[in-house]
Amino acid sequence: MAEQFKLITKHLDEPGFSPDIECYLQHGGYAALRKAVASPSRELADGKKLSPQEVLREDVKASGLRGRGGAGFSAGLKWSFVDRRSGKPIYLICNADESEPGTFKDRQILHRDPHQLIEGMILSCWANDVKLAYIYIRGEMPEGARLLNVALKEARSKGFLGKNILGTGYDLEIHVHRGAGAYICGEETGLIESLEGKRAYPRIKPPYFPAILGLYMCPTIVNNVETLCHVTHIVNMGAAEYAKLGTPNNTGTRIVSLSGDINRPGYYEIEVGKVTLGQLIHDSNFGGGLKPGRSLKAIIPGGSSSKVLKAGEVFKLNRKGPDGQMSKIDVPMLDLPYDFDSLQQAGTMSGSSAVIVLDDSRSMVKTLGNLSEFYAHESCGQCTPCREGALWLAKATHRLTHGEGRKEDTAYLAHIAQNIQGRTICAFGEAAAWPVLSFVKKFKDEFDAQGAADEAARAKGAQPTHRPSPVGTLNPH
Amino acid sequence: MSAPAIPAPAPAAPAPPPVETLTVKVNGKTLQVPKTHPDWQGRPQPTTMLQAARCGGVDIPHYCYHDKLPIAGNCRMCLVEFGTPMMDPATRKPILNEDGTPKIAKSVLPYEPGTPRGAISCATPISPGMEIYADSPATKQMRESVLESLLINHPLDCTICDQAGECKLQEYSVDHGQAGSHFVEAKVHKPKAVDLGPRIVLDDERCILCTRCIRFTKDIAGDDALGIVNRGSYNTISAFQTGKFDNNYTLNTVDLCPVGALTSKDFRFKMRVWFLKETKSLCTGCGTGCNITIGSREGTIHRFEPRDNDAVNGPWMCDTGRLNYKWIGRPDRLTEVRVNGQKVTWATAIKDIGSRLTRASSGSVALIASARQTTEELFLLKSLATRLGAVTDSVPREGEADHLLVNADRNPNTNGTRLTGIAFTEAGMQLPLIAAGIEAGTIRTLIVFGEDVTKHGIAPELLAKLEMLVVSDILPNATTALATHLLPGASHAEKRGTFISVKGRLQKLTKAIESPGDARAEWEFLHELVHDVTGRNGFTSIEGLFNLMARETPAFAGLEWANIGDKGVDVKI
Ligand SMILES: Cc1cc2nc3c(=O)[nH]c(=O)nc-3n(C[C@H](O)[C@H](O)[C@H](O)COP(=O)(O)O)c2cc1C
Ligand code: SF4
Ligand code: SF4
Ligand code: SF4
Ligand code: FES
Repeated sequence: MAEQFKLITKHLDEPGFSPDIECYLQHGGYAALRKAVASPSRELADGKKLSPQEVLREDVKASGLRGRGGAGFSAGLKWSFVDRRSGKPIYLICNADESEPGTFKDRQILHRDPHQLIEGMILSCWANDVKLAYIYIRGEMPEGARLLNVALKEARSKGFLGKNILGTGYDLEIHVHRGAGAYICGEETGLIESLEGKRAYPRIKPPYFPAILGLYMCPTIVNNVETLCHVTHIVNMGAAEYAKLGTPNNTGTRIVSLSGDINRPGYYEIEVGKVTLGQLIHDSNFGGGLKPGRSLKAIIPGGSSSKVLKAGEVFKLNRKGPDGQMSKIDVPMLDLPYDFDSLQQAGTMSGSSAVIVLDDSRSMVKTLGNLSEFYAHESCGQCTPCREGALWLAKATHRLTHGEGRKEDTAYLAHIAQNIQGRTICAFGEAAAWPVLSFVKKFKDEFDAQGAADEAARAKGAQPTHRPSPVGTLNPH
Repeated sequence: MSAPAIPAPAPAAPAPPPVETLTVKVNGKTLQVPKTHPDWQGRPQPTTMLQAARCGGVDIPHYCYHDKLPIAGNCRMCLVEFGTPMMDPATRKPILNEDGTPKIAKSVLPYEPGTPRGAISCATPISPGMEIYADSPATKQMRESVLESLLINHPLDCTICDQAGECKLQEYSVDHGQAGSHFVEAKVHKPKAVDLGPRIVLDDERCILCTRCIRFTKDIAGDDALGIVNRGSYNTISAFQTGKFDNNYTLNTVDLCPVGALTSKDFRFKMRVWFLKETKSLCTGCGTGCNITIGSREGTIHRFEPRDNDAVNGPWMCDTGRLNYKWIGRPDRLTEVRVNGQKVTWATAIKDIGSRLTRASSGSVALIASARQTTEELFLLKSLATRLGAVTDSVPREGEADHLLVNADRNPNTNGTRLTGIAFTEAGMQLPLIAAGIEAGTIRTLIVFGEDVTKHGIAPELLAKLEMLVVSDILPNATTALATHLLPGASHAEKRGTFISVKGRLQKLTKAIESPGDARAEWEFLHELVHDVTGRNGFTSIEGLFNLMARETPAFAGLEWANIGDKGVDVKI
């Protein structure tokens, strides 16, 4: 039976474990920081010498750690892009805006083990010569912000933060910044604008890559809460040991937020790729199966933006045989290993590792209506395709769920979404388009049937059950 | 800017350093384009796809991009399909086709390799060997869909819109749009006729949220007064305080607005733009000499707009200058030639003045000419003064300068008065002397062009002492009221000539409308008077007059009217 592997969440649910520093220290807290700052420089085979900071940067690369915020980009590689020659200060920002629907993993860390994040941040800042860092926390988590501020104060009083950390001469300050409640503030460049006190309009790339022109136009690292926590464990375990966790190219552990039509919704930490989607849903260690008498209809595997998977789908995945040769094998949806690469090969993504399970009681049309309303509400409105397209999609799905559908709405929805993806300033465009494209493609019959049924009912004189869309409440005019 | 074609006597200037170029293809045509282009602040930056396309004569449609504003990249109208040479990862050399041309990898969506991925040409730098497909089916489809998105919530009220005829939405929809929209939903409604400030009205439903107005007022005018409120499709342009968008440059946002969202209260609903005749001219509000276009119809001026000139005002002008045209059409304009209160013909008046001046004893005449007169007029007046041994001066007009365009010198042609010798380094120094001369009875004739001297130390009682007071002006004032010889002049919109800015830019006026009644361009009647008094001839055309002046004025050496061009030339001041 598949098991959880609790690295980040090890102590979270332990009775008596509290967010204060004493408790964290009793559980071995800040040992990684002491170890790192005392570590020697490293002589390479070619005679080149790496400073202790460079060693940690190399180790994070070697650990294979990939970002846990959504895109799954190599953390070590991201750090290596930082412009260290500009002479400008380098900033680090912890993205604690966690707003992707279905995702509730970072908040566990923030509320129950804030020092784990702070230690990871101090290590990451030290490795990258960062003197000033920010935690951008979602506005709806006031308690998390309060706890973080308490924890930062504790860390400062113990000499882990502030001037001359642990007597090394290294100075670092970390500030907490609260958002005001907008999903787009999680997009890293929108976040940076918001942190600068502006409207969270994502920046165009080129030229504003955070590693070069980030916060205050200085080189900036943005990492997710969970990503930064892993750095502590990479130091504790050593990069090679850490890289043995998980599967090749999908190393380490991940916290999965499991929700929807299952018996045991909650967060579960797994070794990446060692647990399948089916196990996540059905094993008694995880989701504990579907509700009695229900069958699986679909899975949204990586947060609300990811493309939906349909029960019974079979995917062709690349697999390396024992002889080292690559071949394609058929993998049924429930046998997909929950990792970055497998889900990508299945045409979707593990995103923020939020798995939303839908059983046969769910209407895909209504589900899409709900998602599209979210994206219409959250589009920042900066660029044309997303600004106009997101609300357009919401209006169209709203019609379909209120008796005003048309037969051509399936193609209509796909047309609108197709004109958003790949044409926008930020990846919100994809986030808004992908649910639509995958829903109408994989559940075309359901959408066609809804449109046809509405037309037939209207032909018989039925009145649409119209009500103003809640998105309309955004309209102040 | 067209440089004057002066036969170069000086040793050849050192050759400019060669421009570094890149080779790209635009719509199949190979082009060498400069590696860098000036950005909105004039600093060299890597050439963008849009700029490279321009080098090849291809104009990629765009809304939010503007040469003189920071790049926003939000409208997505300029998306283009493109490709880059494939590189061999081992050798880092391009992979070649059989015919030796480099293999091109078209940019595609990483998650959907069958679908082209466009790049915004306004913000994407070119790279060697890049191919830009500005007209490909994929590019056209992207453009069409952006236009469709922009139109779904647009009121489509072109028939009552002021921008009609100058609207980029209208224009691009015709050129790049698709026949019909798929949209069947209810439109978003937003505020109409919002009072943004004393001079600007906003129709939020027409706005396409390109943020040009926001960027202008924040980054150019330095007044962070506009912003966006609400979210998504409900985004709405708004002033920090409603009704308080009130810096001296607000009307530039009306020019910048690619659609009819921002309108000038002054011009709103007055005139269909296609009825307007456009004339290249200059603002006379201060020494900056902003280049303008006069919009007129049937002898009436309806608007001034800035005319692009990087050497002077860029594409901008101040609101004060822009709105300073109504006086030209005032009903109390001077329209009659009068001698001692009696209406006479020009011939009579000029002959009378000429014969009196010829008889005047040397030193008994003084001449005050405004720095609002053209250089040619000042030159003629100076020739007259020289012949008469007259003391001359002009009147300074000072105000406050700002950080952008407005100059403290509120006269448009102070340098003209200096270079022609009408005034000295400090204009106005001679005025007390002239007043004293009149008081003492040594000065018995005063010639005044374009100033109410009663406001500048020569009181009406003094003027009453004169034997002859020749006054030319446009509007009535205390000085014109006392004139023995009153000569109605022309406004700058009614004549040709030049002004020289505070920075020494010599620029041309062109005639937009006719003067009312008998009013005439001053240089026209002055050349007759100068001929009568001095016997000099040969400047019956403005070209001839300018060229003669240029030959006789060291600062203008080598200049000819024909070489001044629309944007002027620098002269040594
Ligand atoms: C619309 C949008 C919303 C996002 N929201 C979040 C978020 O709430 N938290 C997060 O960590 N990353 C979010 N991201 C991803 C960030 O842009 C960024 O990639 C991430 O913080 C990088 O951290 P990582 O490399 O450690 O994953 C979002 C991205 C997009 C496009
Ligand atoms: S894609 Fe959407 S969220 Fe992102 S910048 Fe454009 S409008 Fe804003
Ligand atoms: S008002 Fe005009 S210039 Fe300003 S954002 Fe709207 S369309 Fe652009
Ligand atoms: S800055 Fe001076 S010249 Fe320019 S528009 Fe204003 S008043 Fe006219
Ligand atoms: S012109 Fe608007 S995105 Fe390029």
